[in-house]
Amino acid sequence: MTTLPAPFDSWFATRGWDIHPHQEAMLDQACAPALMLIAPTGGGKTLAGFLPSLIELCNGTHSGLHTLYVSPLKALAADIKRNLRTPVAEMDLPIRIEDRTGDTSYTQKRKQRADPPHILLTTPESLALLLSYEDAPRIFKGIQRVIVDEIHALAESKRGDQLMLALSRLQALAPDLRRVGLSATVEDPAAIAAQLARHPDPCQIINADPGPDPDIRMLVTQEKPPWTGGGAKYAIPAVLDAVRQHKTTLIFHNTRAQAEIFFHHLWLANTDDLPIGIHHGSLAREQREKVEAAMVAGQLRAIVCTGSLDLGIDWGDVDLVIQVGAPKNVKRLVQRIGRANHRYNAPSKALLVPANRFEVVECVAALEAVKDRDLDGDPKGPGPRDVLCQHILIAACAGPFHDADLFAEIKTVGAYRDLTRAAFDDCLDFCATGGYALRAYDKWKRLLQNADGRWQLRDPRAAQRIRMNIGTIQDTDTLKVRLKGNFKPLGEVEEAFAATLTPGDTFLIGGQIVRYESLKEMTVQVSRRADKTPKIATFMGTKFANSTQLSRRILSMFEQPDWPQLPGHTAEWLALQRDVSKLPEADRILVESFPHEGRHHMCVYGFAGRNAMQTLGMLLTQRMEEVGLHPLGFVATDYATLVWGLDPVTDPTPLFDPHNIRADFETWLSGNAVMKKTFRGAATIAGLIERNLPQTRKTGRQATFSSDILYDTLTKYDPDHLMLRITREEAMRGLVDFSRIEEMLARTAGRIDHITLERVTPLSLPMLLERGRIPVAGAAQERIMEEEAARLMIAAGVGKL
Amino acid sequence: MNSLHFTFCDTRCIALPSGALHLPEHGILCVSDLHLGKSDRIARRSGVMLPPYEMQATLQKLEADIAQTRPSKVICLGDSFDDLHAATSLPEDILLWLAAMQAGREWVWIEGNHDPGPVNLGGVHLAELQVGVLVFRHIATDADAEISGHYHPKHSIAGRSRPAFLYDETRLIMPAYGAYTGGLRSTTPVLRNVFKKAPIAILTGRRAIAVPV
Repeated sequence: MTTLPAPFDSWFATRGWDIHPHQEAMLDQACAPALMLIAPTGGGKTLAGFLPSLIELCNGTHSGLHTLYVSPLKALAADIKRNLRTPVAEMDLPIRIEDRTGDTSYTQKRKQRADPPHILLTTPESLALLLSYEDAPRIFKGIQRVIVDEIHALAESKRGDQLMLALSRLQALAPDLRRVGLSATVEDPAAIAAQLARHPDPCQIINADPGPDPDIRMLVTQEKPPWTGGGAKYAIPAVLDAVRQHKTTLIFHNTRAQAEIFFHHLWLANTDDLPIGIHHGSLAREQREKVEAAMVAGQLRAIVCTGSLDLGIDWGDVDLVIQVGAPKNVKRLVQRIGRANHRYNAPSKALLVPANRFEVVECVAALEAVKDRDLDGDPKGPGPRDVLCQHILIAACAGPFHDADLFAEIKTVGAYRDLTRAAFDDCLDFCATGGYALRAYDKWKRLLQNADGRWQLRDPRAAQRIRMNIGTIQDTDTLKVRLKGNFKPLGEVEEAFAATLTPGDTFLIGGQIVRYESLKEMTVQVSRRADKTPKIATFMGTKFANSTQLSRRILSMFEQPDWPQLPGHTAEWLALQRDVSKLPEADRILVESFPHEGRHHMCVYGFAGRNAMQTLGMLLTQRMEEVGLHPLGFVATDYATLVWGLDPVTDPTPLFDPHNIRADFETWLSGNAVMKKTFRGAATIAGLIERNLPQTRKTGRQATFSSDILYDTLTKYDPDHLMLRITREEAMRGLVDFSRIEEMLARTAGRIDHITLERVTPLSLPMLLERGRIPVAGAAQERIMEEEAARLMIAAGVGKL
Repeated sequence: MNSLHFTFCDTRCIALPSGALHLPEHGILCVSDLHLGKSDRIARRSGVMLPPYEMQATLQKLEADIAQTRPSKVICLGDSFDDLHAATSLPEDILLWLAAMQAGREWVWIEGNHDPGPVNLGGVHLAELQVGVLVFRHIATDADAEISGHYHPKHSIAGRSRPAFLYDETRLIMPAYGAYTGGLRSTTPVLRNVFKKAPIAILTGRRAIAVPV
């Protein structure tokens, strides 16, 4: 039993708190080189992480940086700063706490480098940036602990890989560094622990009491959910009722666009003027901060939000979480629910709001999985090499290095423990010379070996450009939105969306309707407008694939003769589908063909998750193109792929021949949009494409050419290049997800049911309104472009050119 | 054929889907904004090393167009080289390749804003060139019957954007021919103002397609 120093003891006593067993265990194990705590949200996780630091620092003898706290969100760092300063002030401890994120001012950042605080709160990107400075050894000298918060979220992405590489650097600068990870409930804690610890150090895992089961239900409304769409507008009155009955409600959405639309409708229906705010990643910082402050001050009754609030920000008295739209993934649902009720021993309360009939089914499946404590997850592959390339460039920014030292350091990172010297040399060669078969850059290498064999930048000025492009978050190109004549941005929209706007169009941002005026110096100029129905801001937002396990639950639900666990309207809908067509089965592929709006449609129910269904769409349309069926495009959801084209598919069976699919897959991989997108991501992370340039362009004159050109050129002239190998491997795992197509082919073994119908079926209906339609660039596209051009020429009176 | 025939200032013109312009009556093949050596310049200036294959890609395209149209004169309409350094430090194989294409025909390098000085290569180097009623120069002026480049126009139909020729009665602007060249939308004011009235766009790609802007 650890005894707390007196100020801590009395501080706990005045608050009437007892130290939690897991907080005590963290203190007992404070000397461990690596330690991971698994605790539900609200379990005093953050305090458990910081308590050892506060105790070590309370006598005021440590100078310089002691503890580095890394969180995936800027907002979380700011929030922790607030929450940590309170006990420190109340106990009057001599501890300086500061945060450092992309939002921190330039002067503040300079000050922090010269005189680091005791506790620095930051993000993986800001840490990587700090490590790229020549004075990194001085900044981090004497650091004792690093706390990685919400490590379960980081561990799923390249941000986690970058962070762990940064920690290996940090450990080299400060060999006594102890690592602490804080995680929500996950399905495989040992895997995350192995990523956190310095390989091959062990990492002890402390499990907090998971607390009582959550009180979670599906929202029952008078009105039926619609057949299709993702807005859940029908549920607005019921959601408002729920908000009224609770102190503070978080209303989660899966995408930013849905959050904006829902917020807009909520506001229109909000006759009692309940204070309700909106929060998502595309809003300007000032806007987000205003909402966060109002929330902390208890001034808001509800907040409409997205994944940007997924993580452990302490919003105080949240007593209800509403999830709008199907949760897609049970683990994330459980973590979101945990946001309600921060009192440790009270059950969290949550409501699921399905946006359409199919989501009713998904929600019920998810509820059953939560009840069974059946979490889902996929094992992670080895450490990505594009992140490694960036790490090498960052190391070069900080100063000359020996390749052997850097390689040894990288091998201590769990995810890179199996990295071969040859693979490392490939990455180093890519950073130094571009790694091309045509050794064209002998004169202009990025990295050179100096006289003592250490690697350094050829041109030290390149460091600035490398620093500007640090990070692994793949944001789509966005443009700032500003009110005309006002400097303050309202938020951001995607470039592709901005390109579709013509002056006079209206769209939603931050809950206001604005009118598009012009595009000026890469900023969208708007004016305020309140009298029109808006066009919709198409933020992409991350789309998650339904987990294998949820898909399986849904398919087995379809086997039931009737569905007592589903609301009547949804049960009737499934019955109708069974009546006019068929319900999909786990061991067969259902294919429906029907005409719609002058195009032939084919809907394939494979239940392999969004990414694999997308790949299937690519493969099917490629084969259809080859046999002259003129496919025009497709759209994929977690359960089905809908393909449309100029000609009908009369016999789909050959399309699903596993032999054909695998052969097509090989040829397809080289030339498709998903690969190009994956390439763009990997090439940006590895430093081949710069996202940010030193000076912002004044006009769009001769804008940069697209990364697709680079991809095509490499594929043609240097098909074995490192970037293409990385792209391929990554696409197989992530966006392509061919493994789940294989799984689908295996479970269905050529059993295909083809049903030809006169019209859209109940189950295919939601597919028609699904966003993210992908056009097929083939003969049909050319035909339509030519027809459209001919029509315009005739309309312009120059048809006989 | 995938090319598009049209008439500009009483001259028969063929827009090739590659972005080259063929004037059969004059035996001229015209290409603009090759930007050879762009990846070299980017590496020199920024340290970013793009796939160094843009010269191959561009010259392969040009070689195919020459083989198809058999011109007696090739006009490169400026910005043929990304900068003078690139023009003076071309690798041996590229020089030989260019020389082979120049053999047996006239070759005119029109100067552009990226490559203003004299180029130490075969062919003549001119500020502009008059052929019959037509004048070839890099940047459009107010003159009539003018063929120019510089702006890298692109145009989109049915949601797809492609490099494009733009022309009206007095002016023709060529698309950029080089592999690593971006584009400027046909609707941007700076490009739109070059024309007195709405021009016609001819999109490049698989086929040359004409459409009013």
